[in-house]
Amino acid sequence: MIDTPINADAPSAKAPSARAPSGSDKPLRAPAHPTKEAPATTREPLVRLSRVGVFGGGRSILEAVDLAIEPGEIVSIVGPNGAGKTTLARVVLGLIKPDEGEVVRRAGLAIGYVPQRFVIDPMLPLTVRRLLTLTRPSPQKAVERALGRVGLDAAAEVPVSALSGGELQRALIARALLAEPALLVLDEPVQGVDLAGQIALYRLIAELRESLGTAVLLISHDLHVVMAETDRVLCLAGHVCCAGTPESVCDNPEFARLFGADVAGALAVYSHRHDHTHEPDGRIVAKPASATESGDESKEERTGKAREEGARTTEDHIVARKEERGRHG
Amino acid sequence: MVDESFLRMLAAGLGVALVAGPMGCFLVWRRMAYFGAMMSHSALLGWTLAGLLRIEPMLGVFAVGAGAAPLLLALERRGGLASDTLLAILAHGALALGLLATAILALPESNPHALIVGDMGAASAADIAAIYLVGAAIIAALVLVWRPLLASTVSDELARAEGLAPDKSRLVYMLAMAGLVAMAMKIVGVLLIVSLLMIPPAAARRFARTPEEMALGAAGIGALSVICGLIAARMWDLPSGPAIVIAALVFFAAGLLPTPMGRPWNLGRAPKNG
Repeated sequence: MIDTPINADAPSAKAPSARAPSGSDKPLRAPAHPTKEAPATTREPLVRLSRVGVFGGGRSILEAVDLAIEPGEIVSIVGPNGAGKTTLARVVLGLIKPDEGEVVRRAGLAIGYVPQRFVIDPMLPLTVRRLLTLTRPSPQKAVERALGRVGLDAAAEVPVSALSGGELQRALIARALLAEPALLVLDEPVQGVDLAGQIALYRLIAELRESLGTAVLLISHDLHVVMAETDRVLCLAGHVCCAGTPESVCDNPEFARLFGADVAGALAVYSHRHDHTHEPDGRIVAKPASATESGDESKEERTGKAREEGARTTEDHIVARKEERGRHG
Repeated sequence: MVDESFLRMLAAGLGVALVAGPMGCFLVWRRMAYFGAMMSHSALLGWTLAGLLRIEPMLGVFAVGAGAAPLLLALERRGGLASDTLLAILAHGALALGLLATAILALPESNPHALIVGDMGAASAADIAAIYLVGAAIIAALVLVWRPLLASTVSDELARAEGLAPDKSRLVYMLAMAGLVAMAMKIVGVLLIVSLLMIPPAAARRFARTPEEMALGAAGIGALSVICGLIAARMWDLPSGPAIVIAALVFFAAGLLPTPMGRPWNLGRAPKNG
């Protein structure tokens, strides 16, 4: 009555996503105010997975995974290749039905999905605007607002082929925002994006959570950097190997056992240093000293006034991370 | 020069080109050039079977093409073989079957040469009416599945995640393609259909900024190719089908020439509202 259980009874002939990711032309959305079907207290999780198991190709892909995503929280899933991270995301999205366990979504939950990096055939002409309206039409104002949120204000008519990796990810995030989601699912959002661009993207995700209250499920195969704003890290290796705050996961002996003590020790929790800002393409731009001192950096970033190329382009955390990279390949 | 037979050829050719352009865009975007080949190769089999059953050849060609579409989808879903490998197997399998059937049955009325290069001069008023009727149905079907088909071309994952049933729209598209081959076979010949499917979209890419612009551009370039090709054929007494394809090639080549404009968009360097 409160929740919408999606389990064995989910219609499989139709798109299994008919429920959670907005189906057809009417975008589902989380109710702004609690409704009768969903008298959602703030403590009601958006999605709850209980003992979820998925099998395929004669082996277990996911085993007994428990995960609850609360409104407004950022959950990072880390794990090596083949750990079942994308499968887990597909279960959350409702794209696959688990063979075991239960998935419960809040009624009317709108999920914004940013898929893994994909290549658009150069023969297919696509402007950013058209990319945003790919799966459903959207009014021009909504498109422009979504682009503004991700720092691509002037990019609506730009061909997608002219975007850098980081810009394409921003455009895809803007596309997902059009559904006014209560939960954003991002599958490897920083793949193929350079380091500065990665940090800018992580910062954008944190900002979106702050300004829109969107919960975020972030999937990353990169064990080295977990964004500082992550509330919880779930380390996946077919099963949940460990979970908790980024710091507690780093210190977890299970984590060290699974990935090797040297790799686990290299897990760096990225923290902001607000002496610069980033262009949408990831270039680093110095902030005026006053902005740095005032500490009101997020606003400053969004207005994008600080545009001069900064002399300071090295950052402690990038350097530290590069060294780790060099050591571990 | 402008007599009734010329006008008939023009009407028939324009009808085929206006449909082939938008349909062909998806072959270009999805890298499925072989799909057009498969449909046209299977046409010989359909033609021969229609002769055997004494039904309208167009119906036979459509039936075989429509049968190949779900077969292809099923084989694709089974996995293991790349799409183009499957298409090539189906295309040449169907062609061999068609040649076998023609040899065994030795139907007196079958004329393989007409099937290959077409005979635009033979288009009757009824043929032209059929082209526009079927063509309108194909365009309607394409408009109907345009959004899911395009979304799954960009990212199948995304289309599925947002509940856009890409498999259904692909099946509709394949059936529309079978219909296009059936209606165009008599006019431009099966081997030239692939050219009208592939060349105008490739030529239109240069000038298009959105998928819709490219589809309309392909229809326009295809229509221009028909007009120019037919005029050239009449002036120099050439076979009309090949002349149309050469005209389309000229448009494609013209699009390869450099323009003085260059690329107007340079993201990141342009100042953002003040």
